Amino acid sequence: MPFDALRTPLHALHLRLGARMVPFAGYAMPVQYPDGLLKEHLHTRARAGLFDVSHMGQIQLVPRSGSLADVARALETLLPIDVLGLQPGRQRYGLLLDESGGIRDDLMAAQCGDSLLLVVNAANKAADEAYLRAHLTGICEIAMLPRALLALQGPGAEGALARLAPEVAAMRFMDVRAVRLADTSALVTRSGYTGEDGFEISVPEDGAEALAEALLADPAVQPIGLGARDSLRLEAGLCLHGADIDPGTDPVEAGLGWAIPAVRRRGGAREGGFPGAARILAALADGPARKRVGLRTEGAAPVRAGALLFAEAAAGEVIGHVTSGGFGPSLQAPVAMGYLPVALTTPGTRVFAEVRGRRLPMVVNGLPFVPAGFKRA
Amino acid sequence: MLRFTDEHEWLAREGDVATVGITTHAAEQLGDLVFIELPKVGARLVKGEAAAVVESVKAASDVYAPVSGEVTEVNDAAVADPSSVGSDPQGAGWLYRIRLDDPSALDGLMDEAAYAAFPK
Repeated sequence: MPFDALRTPLHALHLRLGARMVPFAGYAMPVQYPDGLLKEHLHTRARAGLFDVSHMGQIQLVPRSGSLADVARALETLLPIDVLGLQPGRQRYGLLLDESGGIRDDLMAAQCGDSLLLVVNAANKAADEAYLRAHLTGICEIAMLPRALLALQGPGAEGALARLAPEVAAMRFMDVRAVRLADTSALVTRSGYTGEDGFEISVPEDGAEALAEALLADPAVQPIGLGARDSLRLEAGLCLHGADIDPGTDPVEAGLGWAIPAVRRRGGAREGGFPGAARILAALADGPARKRVGLRTEGAAPVRAGALLFAEAAAGEVIGHVTSGGFGPSLQAPVAMGYLPVALTTPGTRVFAEVRGRRLPMVVNGLPFVPAGFKRA
Repeated sequence: MLRFTDEHEWLAREGDVATVGITTHAAEQLGDLVFIELPKVGARLVKGEAAAVVESVKAASDVYAPVSGEVTEVNDAAVADPSSVGSDPQGAGWLYRIRLDDPSALDGLMDEAAYAAFPK
């Protein structure tokens, strides 16, 4: 572990729980606890897992004018989503795009009444903050909040959190609510990164450990490391920025066009007006040249990120590459995601991945690999 | 004779054949194993070159040949159940057996006490 690794407010708890700590995005983070990744993954799908995601950036935007609509309008120049239409107590997924339509970062934007809260990736948070400051400083005050972020995920998440605050049971998917939890004021969203129902809970740093302990006191809740967080999101078909999406990919080929609502598309009331709009609106209309797909192997060998994809078992040109890959504990089989030319993206299409000098057959699979358990009603 | 390498492999020599596996420390570091790939019987291994692959959920790791020689046997049971390499790496989870080009090649490796003291 680098000596200068940052620590989350739950660092001491991780050590007490026996976590193996690894450097990640500048932080010392728990990659797994003594139970190990496989058990942690399966526990989250069956009951409830508690994740420390305090390394992520929580950026608050407070309008200088007092009118949140001013911030929403300004943020729409950076983000191709409907921020103006975002109701108090709701959040949306969005993409920060660059001038060529590439994905700078993906984030959640929550409408908190008098401010917006953006939750951004740990590895990008400094760059995101600088970018927002460069574009929005005249409109709003921008603060990287010194708060912890916990994720409680799995079919048992609602029961476990409702024991501390019964009102969370009524929250819908992507609802945002201020809640009193374990003697601290929390901002809870019903969302996550596992494909399961669950919550993300933002709390002041000094309240994080007591909240984590209160949640872990429930026998349904186990601590889960970054290792299982990655295998859970991969099975759920969710993108990891820096792997499946990055400045070299655009939202349409990434299969994230759903995050761009009609109001920002051609013919919409606030069409375009975001970085890369010309290219992205054309891609939405015409369709992309390549698409992100799920891939399963025919054999037992996992295919990892970076593996090149071919149409043929021998010879031929590279037609794509794997962007995330590993073993899916719920499927008990290797799973991967990658990009392929659109003509080869029909589920069932056979392609070949180069692994250690050999070409292994893979089959295009719909995403997600496991059905989502989100709270829709 | 049990010997250890600084790449966290163990070798147990009987005559001119050594059984090779990964150490308990290596298995703990790798975490849950989900796939292993072993050399073919009859393959020539060269010391320092990749001989096998062990894969956890997250990552693939090469296992380098600690000595040169010819593979005489591989642990098919470990291929069928990679978790056995994680749960019993210095027993049922052995990887392969190799006929040593030079049976004295193990002389320079660590014994159990030296490996226990080896910084990990």
